[in-house]
Amino acid sequence: MHVDPLEKKWMYVIGFMTVVMIASMAYAAVALHMHPPSNVEAIDPKTLHLSGEFAEDNLGATTNPDGSITVRMVAARYSFYPQMVEVPVDTPVNFRITSPDVLHGVHVPFSNMSTMVVPGYISEVNTTFRRVGEAQFLCNEYCGLGHDYMWSKLKVVPKG
Amino acid sequence: MYNKSKSVAFANLWVAFAAFFVAAVLGLYQVMERSGLFPEIESHELYFASVSTHGVLMGFVLTTFFIMGFGYYTATATLKRPLWSPGLAWVAFLVALGGTVMAAVPLLTGQASILYTFYPPLKAHPAFYIGATLLVVGSWVWCLEMIMSVIIWKRENPGQVVPLAMYGTTANAIMWLWTSAGVGIEMLFQLIPWSLGLMDTVDPGLARTLFSWTLHAIVYFWLFPAYIAMYTILPKVAGGRLFSDEMGRVAFIMLLVISVPIGFHHLYMDPQQSAGFKFLHMLGTFGVAIPTLLTGFTVLASMEGAGRLRGGKGLFGWIAALDWKEPMVVAGMMALFMLIAGGFGGMINASYQMNTLVHNTQWVTGHFHLIFAGTTVIMYLATAYHLWPKLTGRRLASRGMAVFQLWLWTIGMLVLTLPWHALGLLGQPRRISSTPYDSPLVEQWGPHELAMIVGGAILVVSALLFVLNLLMSQASKKLDSVSDDDWAVAVYPPMSVPKPMNGFALWNGIVAVWMVVAYGIPIVQLLILDAPGSMPWGY
Repeated sequence: MHVDPLEKKWMYVIGFMTVVMIASMAYAAVALHMHPPSNVEAIDPKTLHLSGEFAEDNLGATTNPDGSITVRMVAARYSFYPQMVEVPVDTPVNFRITSPDVLHGVHVPFSNMSTMVVPGYISEVNTTFRRVGEAQFLCNEYCGLGHDYMWSKLKVVPKG
Repeated sequence: MYNKSKSVAFANLWVAFAAFFVAAVLGLYQVMERSGLFPEIESHELYFASVSTHGVLMGFVLTTFFIMGFGYYTATATLKRPLWSPGLAWVAFLVALGGTVMAAVPLLTGQASILYTFYPPLKAHPAFYIGATLLVVGSWVWCLEMIMSVIIWKRENPGQVVPLAMYGTTANAIMWLWTSAGVGIEMLFQLIPWSLGLMDTVDPGLARTLFSWTLHAIVYFWLFPAYIAMYTILPKVAGGRLFSDEMGRVAFIMLLVISVPIGFHHLYMDPQQSAGFKFLHMLGTFGVAIPTLLTGFTVLASMEGAGRLRGGKGLFGWIAALDWKEPMVVAGMMALFMLIAGGFGGMINASYQMNTLVHNTQWVTGHFHLIFAGTTVIMYLATAYHLWPKLTGRRLASRGMAVFQLWLWTIGMLVLTLPWHALGLLGQPRRISSTPYDSPLVEQWGPHELAMIVGGAILVVSALLFVLNLLMSQASKKLDSVSDDDWAVAVYPPMSVPKPMNGFALWNGIVAVWMVVAYGIPIVQLLILDAPGSMPWGY
């Protein structure tokens, strides 16, 4: 097989670029524990509203003994419940979200709070909000003709 | 004698471009509706029916029929023998066309507004699922035609090197059989029985996993013919030679092997798959950038050679010296330009961490329009201009209009997709028909929404000029003779190649093992987890 010297040089460039990119992602994953939301946990979408952590009374933000926050949300056509979530700034927040109906997605623009919400599964996202102010949870997966109207509010407040 | 297959190629290409034109018009309606600047045309029902139809026509109908038509032409012209079974090629055409019509009825009547990803538990009319499956079944027959034609040719020509264009076409056929199996399983074992009421529930997590099996490599199924044209038509038309035949083979092999077992990068944000498998698929995703980087190099090197043969001097002088009056040259250079721009965006989507910021935002729509509607489709259009005189025996109506049309397509695509990338970074979700969110967020989006309408309008004009040119060519001057032999010759044409570079047995074995690890294990895990299923939902 015939390989031109110029091709050989280009292959080294390709190899170098690929290794650098993969190494930076591996570093972020292993050393900084940055992973996409990958919580493999099943739940029955038909009964989740009746009892347990996604019953209406248990939704919203709760403070854990270590000071971190857990937010339980239900993504259902066409809103996120509760429709207003308040969390303190610079505090680790653990979101647990599920859907009783169809697929949804949730994203807080300009942040890494993002996950798909797949009926039958519980999505978990860990993040920390660094700026005080109001933001929105937007549904970013088509869920029906009212999809555009599916959004709710997030309020990041000063600590304490 | 093998010219008979030209009529089946021609029929496939016309279905492809008819779908293309209809979908382009729908696209303009969508950007106008979506912008919110024309309240009188706002309708969620119409918008999502339109988006679903646009996606199916562009992503499944244009591509599949173009690939089949181009494949029939390539097989007969490069192997210089009839197809394995010319009659079966017509069967494939009719099955695929019948499926398309069957799916079109519910799509156009708003009974399948579930988008071209058809994620359950949203449920469409069963005819939509069955029709879409028939389209895929038709394409399977095409795959068989390509593979059998090469097998017979190799038997008749022992020790000969399979022409590069046909080697690539066969690689694509085999790759498509591997990758379409995912959506085939989803349709046959989940969506069709569930939509007919034979099953009560379906597991959306499993359905998404199966769809991701098809979802990534399908874009390489679409891209393959564009690369084949770049390697085997473009260098010759530009007045030069292909820089390396062997590198083309290496790129096609890598696309076949790597593009299937990497679909989990579409599931990075999904809860039903674990981080380990997502990381594994990320590695392959960055691996599949390699054949594209090789292709960019080889094609640009071939073009530089052509430019220098035409008298171009200096570092960039060869670019000016290229034949910019030739549609294929314009398309090839613009395709590479959009590929490089879109490729950078793709690296971000593919990245294990950064994807979080752009997932399901309008950025993604911008990315795949740039690579698919830009790079891939512009090569389809230029290939059609190249093939039309060969298929019709008539001169192309206007080469000047063709060149102008391709420039319009590039400009329109940039005006459309650059604002979409910006909108995504500004947080706009994809797949919305209006923006009823908080005003501080929405106000930032305004100027970009205006730009995308201009882009959409330019693209529709371009699509119209394309179809007009083809139609007018049917009535233009008859040619005395046409050559089906004007494929690019390599600088060093290979007299022989190692066996694995002339066939696919070894590579199929590697794909099989890799698929067992990358998809087999996660699917078995989902079956063991057996998450409670979902009932069908309307929309």
